[in-house]
Amino acid sequence: MTLAGISLAYLRARPLATILNLLLLALGVATITVLMLATRQLEERMGRDARGIDLVAGAKGSPMQLVLSAVFHLDAPTGNILLADAMALAKQRAVKKAIPLALGDSYKGFRIVGSNHDYPAHYGARIAAGRLWSAPMEAVLGAEVAAKAKLAVGASITGAHGLGEGGDEHESEPYKIVGVLAPGGTVLDRLVLTSIESVWEVHEHGSPAGSPKEITALLIQYASPLAAATLPRMVNATSALQAASPAYESARLFRMIGVGVEVLRAFGVVLMFAAGLSVFIALLNALEERRYDLAVMRMLGAAPSRLLGLMLLEGGALALAGGIAGIGLGHLLTEGLGTALQQAQQAAVTGRTWNDDEWWLLAASLAVGIIAALVPAWRAYRTDVAPVLAEG
Amino acid sequence: MLSLRAVRHRYGAHEALRIERFETQAGDHWLVLGPSGCGKTTLLHVIAGLLRPSEGEVQVAGQPLAALAGAALDRWRGRTLGIVPQKLHLIASLSLLENILLAQYLAGMPENRARALEVLAQVQLADRSGAPPAQLSHGEAQRAAVARAAVNRPKVLIADEPTSNLDDANCTRALDLLQSQANECGATLIVATHDQRARSRFKHRLELPQ
Repeated sequence: MTLAGISLAYLRARPLATILNLLLLALGVATITVLMLATRQLEERMGRDARGIDLVAGAKGSPMQLVLSAVFHLDAPTGNILLADAMALAKQRAVKKAIPLALGDSYKGFRIVGSNHDYPAHYGARIAAGRLWSAPMEAVLGAEVAAKAKLAVGASITGAHGLGEGGDEHESEPYKIVGVLAPGGTVLDRLVLTSIESVWEVHEHGSPAGSPKEITALLIQYASPLAAATLPRMVNATSALQAASPAYESARLFRMIGVGVEVLRAFGVVLMFAAGLSVFIALLNALEERRYDLAVMRMLGAAPSRLLGLMLLEGGALALAGGIAGIGLGHLLTEGLGTALQQAQQAAVTGRTWNDDEWWLLAASLAVGIIAALVPAWRAYRTDVAPVLAEG
Repeated sequence: MLSLRAVRHRYGAHEALRIERFETQAGDHWLVLGPSGCGKTTLLHVIAGLLRPSEGEVQVAGQPLAALAGAALDRWRGRTLGIVPQKLHLIASLSLLENILLAQYLAGMPENRARALEVLAQVQLADRSGAPPAQLSHGEAQRAAVARAAVNRPKVLIADEPTSNLDDANCTRALDLLQSQANECGATLIVATHDQRARSRFKHRLELPQ
């Protein structure tokens, strides 16, 4: 027999109210947990994908689309640019590193990216099997592509036009898989890498012979911080290119998503508040039913502080259980969301991770329970025993 | 064992209790008799330290109650007194055995399951120990309340109207049980009642006027 045991007995005696309160709190906590996990992972992922890329140069259009297509590979490209223009830009003194990208095709929804060896090197990619491409029509698979499509070195694939599945297939130009990358947690996991020449070769038939070579975008790293002030303006003003900053565009994107996230977060907080209110009302009602119990406990030797502790424990236990259930549910939902997103070949999230902020969430739910229990606990503390027992 | 001197208790202007002198010896069985509203329950609450009298001196088992307050008074009550309230007030969320263990726990005694089962056996409830109070008959619930009051071997056993709503046979049984439990613990028994059927069983009687 302990105070906690008595609290649990009381919670068990009112299963409906207990479950309702648990559920309310768990839903609120789960909502916030999902948002916390998903936004954190998305930010981390986008941060990793954009690391070291100061500027993207590509065809004129929406700068966000340019960044989404060339850095995160989540959108269609804005168009193509002349290879000569790109080379001229790459030779600028303000440019330390310039990685050309040629986009256009995909394999089962995974984008085929024509580039040079600088591209995997930029993300520190390691080869898990085989080697990097050395001749046209050789391709290297990202880890996720290899796993999803169940492909290994030696297989051959054909690209389809566009990003989605079901585009026109270039069946006459198959790629030979010569390597598979180790998982790196970057955008490379979801790409098929090949040389720019391969992309040109696949698309040569459509364009008249001798037309100037084109690529899709150029990923640029600045030589010095000073370049940030001059290079974008120069690109935008003097050429057929446009420049977009991944840092700026992803911040803009997060500001836009942020409104939705804030609304959902507020929703979660409202749910938690409602749960607190519900616990408060449940305990206050219970107090009314329990006046005699409390008086008898005093009669049996319990100090008023024991009764205070009993009510606080009850609120606290309920809230803690709700908090733990909510965090568990949140992880489950996030994992489910991650699985659903993976089907769509989008940036994946996982529920199998722990975010230290979740401790705060747990502490907050405990606080909700204890605050909700404060008034009932205080009234239990102040119970005047003799009149209650005398009224019989 | 008990010693009350010049005790008065007033609710506002109304004097609910007036006792000049009331002394008992250890192990005595006392009947406090009087009509409803004569202050029987008030007297019991004063003895139990649940109510501080407006005036006068109360000593229970050698302890002046005026010297105790707060949690110390509660602990003293839990260990020294066994109380059977009029409405028995078993705790519905706990099983019968847990109700008995609760009395040990709240009095600050170490948990002693063997003693709890022993006292349940003495009131013929050993086989009902897992039952929730709602499943007990009135007679069983009353025996359970007596067991709860007796489990800590109190020095004073107090019962408030233990025979109300009982037929003659059950009235006798209830008083038998209280007296045998008081003897078992060596406790002084104080039974407050308006029930004249109890009168003949008690040598010591305190009659409260209207």
